[in-house]
Formats: sequence, C-alpha cells, structure tokens
Amino acid sequence: MTGHVTKPLGESGTEHWDIIIKPSGNVSGRLTAAWKYRELVWMFFKRDFTTFYKQTVLGPVWYLIQPTLTAITYYVVFGKIANLSTDGISPLVFYMSGTIIWNYFSACLTNNAETFSKNSSLFGKVYFPRLVVPLAVAMSSLVAFVIQLMLLLLITFALWLSQDGMVISLRFVLATPLILAYVATLGVGAGLAVSALTVRYRDLVYAVGFMAQLWMYATPVVYSFSQVPERYQWIYHLNPMTTSVQLFRWALFNSSPLPLSVCLANVAVTLIVLIGGLMLFARAEATAMDTV
Amino acid sequence: MNDIVIRAEHVSKLYRLGVINHGTLYRDLQSWWAKWRNRPDPNLSVSDYASAKGKQSRLKGDIFHALDDVSFEVGHGEIVGIIGRNGAGKSTLLKVMSRITMPNSGFIGIRGRIASLLEVGTGFHPELSGRENVYLNGAILGMSRAEVRSKFDQIVEFAEIGEFIDTPVKRYSSGMYVRLAFSVAAHLEPEILLIDEVLAVGDVNFQNKCMGRMQEVTKAGRTIIFVSHNMTAISSICPKSILMADGKVAAMGDTADVIKAYLDRPEFGGTASYSVNPEDVDGKAVICRVAVLNEKDEVSGTLELSKGFSVEVEYELREPLSGLSVGMQIMMEDGYTPLVSLSDPELDVSRLDARPAGYYRARVKFPGYLLNTGTFYVRLGISSRFSIYSVAEGIRFDVEDNVGIIQMLGQQRKPSISAIQLPWEVEKVFQRNSEGVLK
Repeated sequence: MTGHVTKPLGESGTEHWDIIIKPSGNVSGRLTAAWKYRELVWMFFKRDFTTFYKQTVLGPVWYLIQPTLTAITYYVVFGKIANLSTDGISPLVFYMSGTIIWNYFSACLTNNAETFSKNSSLFGKVYFPRLVVPLAVAMSSLVAFVIQLMLLLLITFALWLSQDGMVISLRFVLATPLILAYVATLGVGAGLAVSALTVRYRDLVYAVGFMAQLWMYATPVVYSFSQVPERYQWIYHLNPMTTSVQLFRWALFNSSPLPLSVCLANVAVTLIVLIGGLMLFARAEATAMDTV
Repeated sequence: MNDIVIRAEHVSKLYRLGVINHGTLYRDLQSWWAKWRNRPDPNLSVSDYASAKGKQSRLKGDIFHALDDVSFEVGHGEIVGIIGRNGAGKSTLLKVMSRITMPNSGFIGIRGRIASLLEVGTGFHPELSGRENVYLNGAILGMSRAEVRSKFDQIVEFAEIGEFIDTPVKRYSSGMYVRLAFSVAAHLEPEILLIDEVLAVGDVNFQNKCMGRMQEVTKAGRTIIFVSHNMTAISSICPKSILMADGKVAAMGDTADVIKAYLDRPEFGGTASYSVNPEDVDGKAVICRVAVLNEKDEVSGTLELSKGFSVEVEYELREPLSGLSVGMQIMMEDGYTPLVSLSDPELDVSRLDARPAGYYRARVKFPGYLLNTGTFYVRLGISSRFSIYSVAEGIRFDVEDNVGIIQMLGQQRKPSISAIQLPWEVEKVFQRNSEGVLK
C-alpha cells in the first residue's frame, strides 16, 4: 500500500483491471454480467418454486382454480350477458386462453414492480447483477403458465372429443415458445421500468395493479380483435399485448390472425419498452440502495 | 508483492438531503404545487440541530459527503484494516468497493475476483434446508455450483451441523444458523475479500476458529480488506490500516501508527468536550467547560458499553444565585431525550439556597450498560426557576460495544435505549406431583 496516488486517473491509463467501478456503467456490460450469473437466476427460481410449495397448502391447485373461475366469470359476463362473439371458438377455452397468457404478462409486470424494495436486505449486502432477480421472477411465473396451459389443453382435448374442430397442430408447437418469449420480453421490460420508477415513487406500486387491470381491457382478452371498430384499431397498434393474445389463440385454435401491420408495430413497441426498461433499471441499480 | 490489486482514485460519494426526493409522487406534486404558488414547501425537512451540528463540516448545502476524494492502493496479498468512528465513511467505502452502490465521481480498479461479506447468511431462506441454503448463499456470494459441491463436505464439517443439514434452517438454533452461514462465507475463495465486522459472531470458540481460518486464507496469498470497530481484532489481523474520518482518508500505514492517529485525533475527544473562555462571555452564570469522561477519567468521545462514564461540568457564578440548578439532557440523533438529570434536584431543598459566587465543578457518574450503543448528544444548562443563564450544547459521544460483549453472548443488540442488566429473580414455585397436581 502506498500513500498517494500520483498517476493519472486509471481510466486514462493503460493498465488492465478486471472490475472497474465508475459513476456511469453501460447497459451492455450489465447484460453480459447477468449472463455470467445465470446459475444464480436458476437458484432464485428454484428457491421461489420450492418455498411456494412448502408454504401453501393447495400449492399448484391455485394455479388451476384461478384461471378456471376467471374464465367462467368472463363467459357469464361477456359471453352470456354482453353477448360478445368469441370468433367461433368454444367460449370457455376462448376466455381461458386469453386469461392465462394475460396472467403471465401481468405476473412478470407486477411481481417485478417492487424488485428493489422487496430485495433491499439482499441488495444492500451483496453485489450481483440486479437483473438476475427480474429474470428469475419471469421464470417462476412461467411455471404457473405451463400448469395452466396443461389444463387448457386438457379441456381443449375434451372438447375436441365431443365435437370437432380444434386440433393441436405443428403451428401451435412452433408458435407458442415464440409467443411466450415475446410476452416475457415485454413483461420483464415493463417490469424493469416500473421497478426503477418505484425506487423514486413508492406509491406507484399501488397504481401498477390497477393499471394492469385497465390495460387488460385495452387488449383483446375478453373479446376478439375482429370486433374492434376500425377507427379504434390504432390503439391496438400501440398495445403490444394485442399480438401475443391474438396470436396465441391463432396458434391454439387457428382463429383469425392479426394484420401484419399490428404485429410489426407491436414488436417495435416491445423493443422500445425493453430497451427503455433496461436503461431505467441500470440507472436505478447504481443508486437504489441509497434511497430504499 | 508490489502488484496493485485495488486502486481507488478520488472516489466521492454524495448523499442529497432535504427536498430533492420525497419518495412519493404525491409529495413531489405537493412540493411542486407549493413552489408554484410561492408557498413554503410543506415537505421541507426540519433538520435536527444535533445531527446537523455533528455533520456540518461535510454538509454543503443539501449535499452530504459520505466519501470525499478518497484515494488509496492495496497490493496483492495485503491485509488492510479500515477504522474510524461511526459515520466516518467506512461502510460507505465498503459498499462502493463491493458495488452495492456507485460513487458519484472517481474510479476504482480491481484486479481479480472479489467477494464481499457485509453480513453472513445473506439470502438465507428459513423454509429451505441447510443444504439448499448453502447452495443458494454460495451462488449469491459468487461461487459456482461446482465450486460449492466440491467444498460442501468441508462447509458442513466446519459448521458442526452434522445430520441437521437437511432440516429447514428455521428450526436451527441461532448458533447453528450463524455457524452454517459463516462456514459458507469462510470457504469462499476469491482473490480479494471485503469483510465488515462479521467475525464478531458466534461463541468464543467459533470466533477463534474463524480467526484461524482467516489467517489460513491469507497465507494462500489472498488480499483482505477488513472493516471493524474492534481495535484488538484489527491489530491482530491487519498489518496495515486506513483511518477514515469525515469521509476522507485521515491516515494510512502500519496499523499501530494508524490506531494511534485515530486515538489522537482532535475530534476524538473534541466533540466529547466543550469549553469557552469565561472572559468572552457575559452573564450571571457561565458554563465554562463540559467533558465526557470514560471510566479512567480521560476525555473520550467513544465509550464502552459495559463501562461506566461520567460527565463533568465547570461553571462560574458571578453573583450569588438561589434556586439554581445545572440540568443535563442526553439526546439521541433523532432528538429524542431518554434522560434528563438535574444537579440540584428540587427534592433536595437545602441545595437550592443561595450559592455564593465562584468557580464550581460538578460531576455525575453513569453506570455501565445504562445507555445502549449509539450516538448521544449532551446539552447542559444553568437555570433557576425563572431564567436560563447559560447553555452548552453540541457535545457528542458514541457508546460502542468494542469488546463484542453482546455478540459473544450470542444475543442481538437490545432494541431499547438502555442496555441495563436488571437483576431478575427466578424461582420455581410449584411442581406437578405424581398425580399430576401442581403443588
């Protein structure tokens, strides 16, 4: 150890450092750091998974009850009372397919809203790329989705036995992973942005659940895109969840897909959300522990 | 040995105080609305006098310098202690080095794999078994799964957990919990290790074992930065040290010299005493000197939890005064007053008679454990029933548990203002006899 540093600032020097701590970090550096910690993503996922089953009596049954009851409610309210069309798809699976894909998005979004405050005891004591946590949350939510998808397929299969029309196709097998990746990207991106904002504005947490609710009605979950009047269709260009819900049904039931323009606009919005979320998150990450 | 593995250059960390961030959107809007109408901000914080005084030198406007232009270098294989009083910036420095928070300016370069232990058992989940927690905690601390697996048996053996390794840790005793947590940390093998006082855990035997482990690790050529209040631990482990004071590096070099510099610092006793030249002050009664004394009667701003201390006040009466009392108030950082004491209580009527002019010295003794660990401020005043003659404030002292007595007993800090040990009497009154009747 020597007394005083007389050399110029290290950043201008030619020395090699493994870790450089400077006020501003770069987003791509953080992404590669998160990749190095992929084992930790898996550990957090496993922790959430195991503790969930150890703590609840009903365990995975909750995952089945919730979408079933929601789908039945939508069926009664929107199918029977409001008499909305389901694009020729059997109403129960129509609503259920919309619900479970929406639930996956909403879980990614709302469970990540409080990343910093919920993990402050961890974040305040040890460093790892904070991005690990939202990624693990997205993975944990995927478990619920897969269980619900099984139920949906089971019901679809039962309906197929009793009547005809719905078949699991190659289209479904190929498109579903893509749709899921898309929803996860969007959910994590939006979750990152919200979690960065809640560091500064804690009351925003309460708004997130409510906003997600409103957002659902702006998405073709309880109705079909084909019913949307043409003059309102520009809204759906901006709402990136339109693509995932509509295409998920298309993958399952071969219902009407979306105009290509909507899909492209949606993908663009999703990319913007993801990049914006990453940038906000990177900024929050640097100083979040000073305020939480 | 001359390879530099950590170099910090002009590192500064600022905290903004006051109105900049209220934490809620509602309050931000409220402040903004008030500003727009030229009204005073309803959310402006009223800064506490005592805490503002204590940190004044580092406050520039709303900005508090937690670290102020810190530069140092650490060579490969060195074991460096960081000392300094509470709030001197030790923990902030450690947090910046461990990348928990970012500096506002400056640069730190680190060569090699780094791990920080600011706490043991970070991320332990009570529902998970000991085994699952070892893997989880290892991953959080930066170990790969393969690494944990290869050291797993050693970890369990070191922790003396045995067959309980597959039991959820919520059923562990606190001792077992800490031993397992420490054991994972002790088997971490980064090139650079940052440690914050975590050695002060567990019973004495386990502590010795940990110290042994530390020394073993350093023989393997690892670099260690160790932050502690515990001078004994620092001087036995670290050949070199850095002294932090007011967010700056105040001294660095051989530990013995640095500890001496720490004890010699003016502020070390400075804030623990107060003095004015009586000639400079008018008044019928003037407080000339106040000092906080440790049990050896030395002026000291850092008191040991288990030891008694006293407060001494000297004052001059320039004319005979009656009904006079010296009142002392001990305050905490948040302004709460846990203790008020009068030198001449109204119950003792004879002492309220007129006191002749002259120079007086009054002294009050406090028993050990009366105040819990923390920072306290003393305010003294001479008053009669109708007027206040003189007030002295801004005297500050810290009560610290340097011996680690609380952790040694395997307890946590009591959440009370006083840590006083009260004499409980426990007796068995009844016992169930063979018929199961309480008798």
